[in-house]
Amino acid sequence: MARHEAVSPIPGVFYRKPDPASPDFVKPGQQVTATDQVGLVEVMKSFHPVEAGVDGTVVEYLAGHEAEVDAGEPVVAIEVDG
Amino acid sequence: MKRLLIANRGEIAVRIIRAARDLGIETVAVASEADTEAAHALLADDVVPIGPGPASKSYLVEDAVVAAARDSGADAVHPGYGFLSERASFAAAVADAGLTFVGPDAATIERMGDKVAAREVARAAGVPTVPGTPGGVAGADEAVAAAREVGYPVMLKAAAGGGGRGIRVVHDEAALRTAFGQASNEALKAFGDGTMYLERFIRRARHVEVQVLGDGTDAVHLFERECSLQRRRQKVVEEAPSPGIGEAVRAEMTAAAVRLCEQVGYRSAGTCEFLVDDETGEFFFIEMNTRIQVEHPVTEWITGIDLVAEQLRIAAGEPLGLRQSDVAARGHAVEFRVCAEDPARGFMPAPGRIDHVQLPSGPWVRTDTWLAPNSRVSPYYDSLVAKVIVWGNDRATALARSRRALDELVVDGVPTTTSLLIELLDQPWFAEAAFDTGTLERWLADRAGER
Repeated sequence: MARHEAVSPIPGVFYRKPDPASPDFVKPGQQVTATDQVGLVEVMKSFHPVEAGVDGTVVEYLAGHEAEVDAGEPVVAIEVDG
Repeated sequence: MKRLLIANRGEIAVRIIRAARDLGIETVAVASEADTEAAHALLADDVVPIGPGPASKSYLVEDAVVAAARDSGADAVHPGYGFLSERASFAAAVADAGLTFVGPDAATIERMGDKVAAREVARAAGVPTVPGTPGGVAGADEAVAAAREVGYPVMLKAAAGGGGRGIRVVHDEAALRTAFGQASNEALKAFGDGTMYLERFIRRARHVEVQVLGDGTDAVHLFERECSLQRRRQKVVEEAPSPGIGEAVRAEMTAAAVRLCEQVGYRSAGTCEFLVDDETGEFFFIEMNTRIQVEHPVTEWITGIDLVAEQLRIAAGEPLGLRQSDVAARGHAVEFRVCAEDPARGFMPAPGRIDHVQLPSGPWVRTDTWLAPNSRVSPYYDSLVAKVIVWGNDRATALARSRRALDELVVDGVPTTTSLLIELLDQPWFAEAAFDTGTLERWLADRAGER
């Protein structure tokens, strides 16, 4: 099965959850569709969603919660369906 | 005041350090882990680590900032703008620690930060506010009666609304009767509350604000600034004096701001914001900012008064050293905000390392910045990297000189909004000051459509 890595669209701070009180966007083993949000990147007070990009199953988060990430840096690994 | 802690970062921290130094006051910076090599940390006499990069874990932690001030032997704290500058709880915590807060006291911050309370203060001081109903109206008939008082066009707003939802603009009674029921139903569905209120709709509004200084008893104004070029409620260009008001309005508006300040016994530098109806020339108080503002340099330049130094003197307990007759305005000043954003990609924020910088300089050009080669635009904080402030004998001279100044600015490593600012200088409507608060966004939208 092919492995896909969802990447951050911009440099910034990566969040695994929408706010401190909520659970992570996704967890390993979870089914996602291409447009599902799997993370959030904050840069200079603006927020940008990270989408799965493919239909598949989440393998793991590759970036830590509140980690600084670069544009194009992989943040979530997903096994592609089919 | 002997030793001042600056509870901020970026250009305003640098600005405050300089004012303190001019007055012979030692400075202490706070720096997050992302800012150990930042300009404010390098420039201050002393620096205290304040926590991790995210502002919520460093610059916004009230206890940590107060502890840093106490432990570093500071006797005063300047909050700058943004961050903790308008938090009443922080002003109170600083005072409780036996330190001087450079700004008004907590009660004043709280009062003026509450829009309803601030409007009450304005009314008590005889300062006009946007005409409207104080609370909800019961039905279409009551709305029609209220609209006659307020004057058309009126804006119908959902009391429970927000973010521009549940708003209708109507121009006459028939339209109001039709719109009222629809808007109220929409509000009920969206917010669970169908209560509507009415406010005068100002078609073409200019944003004009009066700078004031008060010592708790007396207040003076330092004329006004116009901040009508805005994008997503962020100011892009500011100037002083306002090119959009005449002498009569200027005299009334500045007097109103002074009355408002004296009404609250305002102590420190502050700004009274007004909307000016460009069609009728009426002005209305909207809110007061109880801090130093980003655009304060344009006022400094036309009046020759150092606003941060005045804040420090007032905080140290000195009475206002200025009478109104001491304050004169000369010429015209314009400030351009340079942000690390890419105008070609929807103003996408652009953190990164700065390779090379060349800052504008020369006669009547001031650049307030923290930029330096090898400095880093951090993803944690806002995107403002420099302010280019230019003075001229008149507005045309200031704008011509601005062109020269902005052409000199070189920032390599990250995209900036400089090219957009230069493009603005080429627009006839900008040169003629024929703009209102919506002009820049309309122009950007048209420009995007043409591509």
